[in-house]
Amino acid sequence: MRSLDVLRFSVGAAAGNPLRTLLSMLAMSIGVAAVVVLTALGDGARRYVIDQFSALGTNLVIVLPGRTQTGGFSPANVVTSTPRDLTVDDARAVLRAPAVLRVAPVSVGSAELTVGGKLRATVIVGSVAEYRDIRRFELAQGGFLPEEDWSHGSPVMVIGGKVRRELFGAEPAIGRLVRAGDRRFRVIGVLSTSGMGLGMNTDELAFVPVSIAQQMFNTNTLFRILIEARHRDGIATAKTQAQAILKARHEGEEDVTVITQDAVLATFDRVLGTLTVGVAGIAAISLAVAGILVMNVMLVSVTQRTPEIGLLKALGATHGAIRAAFMTEAALLSAMGGLIGYALGLAGAAVLRYLYPMFPAYPPDWAVVAGLGTAFATGLIFGVMPARRAARLDPVLALAKR
Amino acid sequence: MTTPGNGALIELTGIERVFHLGDSEVHALHELDLAIAPGEYVAVMGPSGSGKSTLLNLIGLLDRPTTGRYLLEGRDVTTLSPEEQARVRSQRIGFVFQSFHLVARLTAAENIALPMMLAGIAPRERATRVAQALKDYGLADRAQHRPDQLSGGQRQRVAIARATIMQPALILADEPTGNLDRATGEEVVRLLEQLNAGGVTLIVVTHDQALGARARRRVLMQDGAVLRDETSALTS
Repeated sequence: MRSLDVLRFSVGAAAGNPLRTLLSMLAMSIGVAAVVVLTALGDGARRYVIDQFSALGTNLVIVLPGRTQTGGFSPANVVTSTPRDLTVDDARAVLRAPAVLRVAPVSVGSAELTVGGKLRATVIVGSVAEYRDIRRFELAQGGFLPEEDWSHGSPVMVIGGKVRRELFGAEPAIGRLVRAGDRRFRVIGVLSTSGMGLGMNTDELAFVPVSIAQQMFNTNTLFRILIEARHRDGIATAKTQAQAILKARHEGEEDVTVITQDAVLATFDRVLGTLTVGVAGIAAISLAVAGILVMNVMLVSVTQRTPEIGLLKALGATHGAIRAAFMTEAALLSAMGGLIGYALGLAGAAVLRYLYPMFPAYPPDWAVVAGLGTAFATGLIFGVMPARRAARLDPVLALAKR
Repeated sequence: MTTPGNGALIELTGIERVFHLGDSEVHALHELDLAIAPGEYVAVMGPSGSGKSTLLNLIGLLDRPTTGRYLLEGRDVTTLSPEEQARVRSQRIGFVFQSFHLVARLTAAENIALPMMLAGIAPRERATRVAQALKDYGLADRAQHRPDQLSGGQRQRVAIARATIMQPALILADEPTGNLDRATGEEVVRLLEQLNAGGVTLIVVTHDQALGARARRRVLMQDGAVLRDETSALTS
């Protein structure tokens, strides 16, 4: 029997019983659609987190005061391990490292901003002009903190979009004076609404020069030093160099923690990647169930078509030809079901993206290949048994059955 | 006359066919010897359970004897593998059934083409041969009809066209008129007889005395053995 004839015969057999065909294709398509949508969700979550981190800035190295990996705990440790301050001078020193492109010291505190009669408690971030370049901030109005001596900042302020709305409403904000604590600042810029930034919503922040922030909060130590490496490959070098400089400045003691964005990203990537695989595994169970359903349907089909099988044998069909016809039908059912499921899955992912535009819900290629492959393979594997049963039917009994 | 020996188309010797029904054994065929020459027209007759159908299935290679020897065209076919038997069925034997056994989802033309498709004959040649067969059997305007759109007589003509499309040496007909009214049955029998006149060996299993009487040779069976084997004088 020619392959094309086998195919045509199987298509005819499948089309000859539309309900049976439809149901088994439906089962298979739900399985594949589940794999596609669930992996799209998992991978979307992974990409979402990575995008969020990238929004912090690229090639980022972050210095935190204090050492997180202290050895054992002893009362003496508590007293002596108080970290040295991480100062603006430290930040300035790090800038000397060859692998470092930009440095921004960051100091954080909270204060009440007052304009006219309005009062709002706001997180104040003290930093320098470079902060904007490192974090890739866009401004809606005016400019960011001016380039000036880090130790002698001028009394200016850049505010987030929400702060502007709540303090000034429809009035223009640029050039206005804002009181924060016992100091007065001139508003020189408004950040555009980005909403990005882990933990801190830039909409609700106010930026002032780092020296003034430290005076306001009466502290010498910084909250963070943000470092931008010259290029991606230089991140590790920048980290080592920054660490060495700070160690030298702190009398040989490693009392800061330096983390790279890459390390954090890699961890998230791994965790969420594993999650996606796990979810795909759960969805694959539905594929196996669909495969068993296809087998059921094919077994019923063999029973229903017993006289036909007997006839084919009488007309000279070999075992091989009958096996091929039934295997082809099973494979067709699963392949068609799989393709329909793939289309459904893509549609589902598209709906997710439409509902949550921030969420990049695209199924990963490996999941699509694995989903379709599993659908096809289960169809074939579960098609073997019915096909063999059909081929082994006794033609006399098969023909006698009415 | 039967011509035993090398000239026979079918030669059955010492055929036993035992079925096991639970603990008991049923001898469907018992010590059966039969030889049929090429071109013969044989009616196999007998009451129900006499072994007619079992004999037909054996001759058609749908069943194997428990013991005994079956030579088809001088070749021992009982020892053939199932695949080889399938090939013999495909090339040498045509079946006509009482209930037509057409595939319901296929058109008349597709049903007729089925044996050629199974034999792997090229579509172009299939189309030519099917067109010729449709014309020969007066079904040209019914080619694209499905079995449920055909009358009983038309269905059986499709079945006969299917049985002959591979130009077999032997046609086995099991109660070919059983599901047809008398006039249609007559027409179908005439078709089969025409084929026989063209040289094809025809074996008909039937209850119908009138149909049996038309055959030149009548094999009457009882309890799995040949009771009487008579040949009429060649009158026509």
